[in-house]
Amino acid sequence: MSARDKYVGKRVKRTEDPRLVRGLAHYVDDVRLPDTLHVAILRSPHAHAKLRRISTDAAAKSPGVVRVVTGADLDGKVGGVVCAAAMDGLKIPPHPVLAMGKVRYVGEPIVAVVADDPYRAYDALDLIEVDYDPLPAVTDPEVAATAASPVLHEELGDNIAFRWNLAGGDIDGAFAKADHVVKGKLVHQRLIPNAMEPRGVLARYFPGEKELTIWTSTQIPHLARSLLAGMVGVPEHKVRVITPEVGGGFGSKLNVYGEEAIVAYLSIVLGKPVKWIERRRENFQATIHGRGQVGEVELAVKSDGTILGLRYHVIADLGAYHQLLTPAIPTLTGLMQTGPYKISALDTRVTGVFTNKVATDAYRGAGRPEATYVCERAIDLIAHDLKLDPVDVRRRNFPAATEFPFQTATGLTYDSGDYVTSLDRALQIAGYDKLRAEQRDARAKGRYLGIGLATYVEICALGPSAAAPPGVGWWESATVRVEPSGKVTVMTGASPHGQGQETTFAQIAADALGIDLNDVTVIHGDTAIVQYGIGTFGSRGTAVGGTAVVKALDQLVAKAKKFAAVTMGVDPSTVAFADGRFSSGDKSLTTAEVAGAAYAAKSLPPDTEPGLSATCFFEPKNFTFPFGAHLVSVEVDVETGAIQILRYVAVDDCGRVINPMLVDGQVQGGIAQGLGQALLEEAVYDEAGQLVSGTFMDYALPRATDMPPLELHRTETPTDVNPLGAKGVGEAGTIASSAAIVNAVIDALAPFGVRHLDMPLKAEKIWRAARVRVVAGV
Amino acid sequence: MTRTVKLAINGVPYERSIEPRLLLVHLLRDVLGLTGTHVGCETSLCGACTVTVNGAAVKSCTMFAVQADGAEVGTIEGLAPGDSDSELHPVQEGFWERHGLQCGFCTPGMIMTAAAYLKENPSPSERDIRHSLDGNFCRCTGYVGIVDGVRYAVEKGGAR
Repeated sequence: MSARDKYVGKRVKRTEDPRLVRGLAHYVDDVRLPDTLHVAILRSPHAHAKLRRISTDAAAKSPGVVRVVTGADLDGKVGGVVCAAAMDGLKIPPHPVLAMGKVRYVGEPIVAVVADDPYRAYDALDLIEVDYDPLPAVTDPEVAATAASPVLHEELGDNIAFRWNLAGGDIDGAFAKADHVVKGKLVHQRLIPNAMEPRGVLARYFPGEKELTIWTSTQIPHLARSLLAGMVGVPEHKVRVITPEVGGGFGSKLNVYGEEAIVAYLSIVLGKPVKWIERRRENFQATIHGRGQVGEVELAVKSDGTILGLRYHVIADLGAYHQLLTPAIPTLTGLMQTGPYKISALDTRVTGVFTNKVATDAYRGAGRPEATYVCERAIDLIAHDLKLDPVDVRRRNFPAATEFPFQTATGLTYDSGDYVTSLDRALQIAGYDKLRAEQRDARAKGRYLGIGLATYVEICALGPSAAAPPGVGWWESATVRVEPSGKVTVMTGASPHGQGQETTFAQIAADALGIDLNDVTVIHGDTAIVQYGIGTFGSRGTAVGGTAVVKALDQLVAKAKKFAAVTMGVDPSTVAFADGRFSSGDKSLTTAEVAGAAYAAKSLPPDTEPGLSATCFFEPKNFTFPFGAHLVSVEVDVETGAIQILRYVAVDDCGRVINPMLVDGQVQGGIAQGLGQALLEEAVYDEAGQLVSGTFMDYALPRATDMPPLELHRTETPTDVNPLGAKGVGEAGTIASSAAIVNAVIDALAPFGVRHLDMPLKAEKIWRAARVRVVAGV
Repeated sequence: MTRTVKLAINGVPYERSIEPRLLLVHLLRDVLGLTGTHVGCETSLCGACTVTVNGAAVKSCTMFAVQADGAEVGTIEGLAPGDSDSELHPVQEGFWERHGLQCGFCTPGMIMTAAAYLKENPSPSERDIRHSLDGNFCRCTGYVGIVDGVRYAVEKGGAR
């Protein structure tokens, strides 16, 4: 790509949008097949109970009902939910798609009812009788880790699923040399991803062809096909997974759920299309949650703020079962535990614990927001305890731009970075010194302003396959095909679900081939059409999937040059390609003319096959490590506890930008989700294990009025991990914003002696924190 | 037991015999095949199902279809003045121009809410726009492109 780029780097409007704004797009529930049967699922109202008796007779006789199945009915016919993560000593309990013998969280599926109409399926649920023997539940992961706790999976002995340790450098030496030890206990509350489209599955079995087609709202169509084939016992090549529009995922659809297998199985045995559309209440209760860590951090620090070592002991709240990557998420926290800082000694110990709650798994950021929050709160705790400016503590611990590629004590190699520059830009744009002066003046008048920073680095573009779970690669694939007319089809193994790769990949292909954007179509999410691929998660879609497109285009242009040479009757070495024309001397051909010649195949170049397409499976040599600095200023009303965000300045570095409008969109949405964690959102279970924040009335998603104006800026540091130069941007906003906002609020409350508060910073919590000092008259 | 409802949807008259418990959104989606209106929460909190009933924005997941008997219902499919991508309603155009959508699931409800609001208040402040959208959740955009998109429509005379 070059200065001639017409599309790459430009604010190109999305090609996806017209169908979406006109209501013409098709999500799973919009796919309509004749004679479709509908599934409703009875879920446990208990967090922990023995199942004594399940009576489905009345439900089976209810009007319209064609089948009722329990766990016993599916035993041996539908395999359990798969956990792909692996580590030494990991305990993986059985995870049947419908509960067997016991239920372990509120919302666990027990019975599936199939009827000719969704209303009638739900009517029948009311007729099912289940006798439960309630058992004591455990929802607090710290309690669950103790010997006194009720045990979820008796055969495992206790609730400890794994203990994982990551150590590097001389941690004891670091603490021996420290002038100060700074400590803190930090809670990352559970969050509920809440993609606006709930999950949904439609399956149809073709008995003649013995083929199973599954429409499902997922981020990983090919992996879903591989796993579902095994779960329902249909050979993989006879399973077709189609992901039509997917209404958001944020990690919650980076999974294969029991319902997908149940619906697929029922479509086979009933011989009709079967559909299940998740209700929001089910989405709250039974789709994976995110975060859920409680950790204690200890830092060995010199008096000037230099960090010598970091200990982090964390309990990860896994929930009742492992979903696809449940145990792997907190290990990502461990890998990124040193953040953008030169911390040469660390000791991270993760204890993964079963609790009577739905599983946690990947939610936007997936382990890295937790790592960043620990680091960034820790920096501010150091600044607080040692009476230093948090900016100076950050600067003192950054590696210099010249130190990249930078080796961390966690064993990673950060590809490229310039952390000082991004911090300086954020400070300069925000007017840091002026903000501090305003803060002093305001305090004198009884107003409480706060300034918070988060300087972050994230691990993205997942990633080298060697780092992926056993049996799974983390490459990505693309096929680029020039059709005989010269129109272009790109097939990507990535599975965009809102990120806009139909547009960005078309931008890349249109520029590479010198054609109009509208002459490129991007196909994804259909395993019968697209070569095997991995999917969209971990900020990998463009960085890994886009690179596969670039490399396929390179191969394709090389082949086209051979056809151009034969067609023009010139030596191949003389053929140049630019602006959509293959030229040699005074002769030239368009891409369409070359494509026509390639398919007509009247004269083939030596050792060249007819046709014009190329496929690339791109294996990245490393992760990428995007970084940046977010600065937030807030005013806290200590009378009401209300927080107002006055300025939000973000300087992000995601490498090369294909479409700045879409990059901004990713950062904006990410910041909103991080703001949600900082201020509003929390999955609250009571002691009995009921999810009390189980509707949008009780779980506070950010609304339009909750969002402050955002000032977005970028630096662009090249990476050599991929030739596209893109690092990934899907998670940056979420990773940085929670910590920056919390740091700002706690800074505002410094006059009240507040050193730390756990998220979410609801008004009541703020009011109480300020009140203690007000009442005490301090 | 069924009841007969007569109503006009996007100007087209329909008469259907339906169960009284059928929700308006299911009449639209499942009986009439107008799947542009989405169901995000079934509790009138997320706004994905917003349509207009006699011009007012209504969450169709918590209204029975029989309650719309005799009404003029507007859905996303009928909002644009024409049938091509170049003949959009100003709010649809604004969402496209200003990146007001990512996954697109909340978009029809968001657009219907905004379009109805602009008829009431053709020159809203940014604060007004944000308040008007407070009953609609978006999980993707942080509302930045949405608010910009509505502002674009205002500039284009969005009360069309």
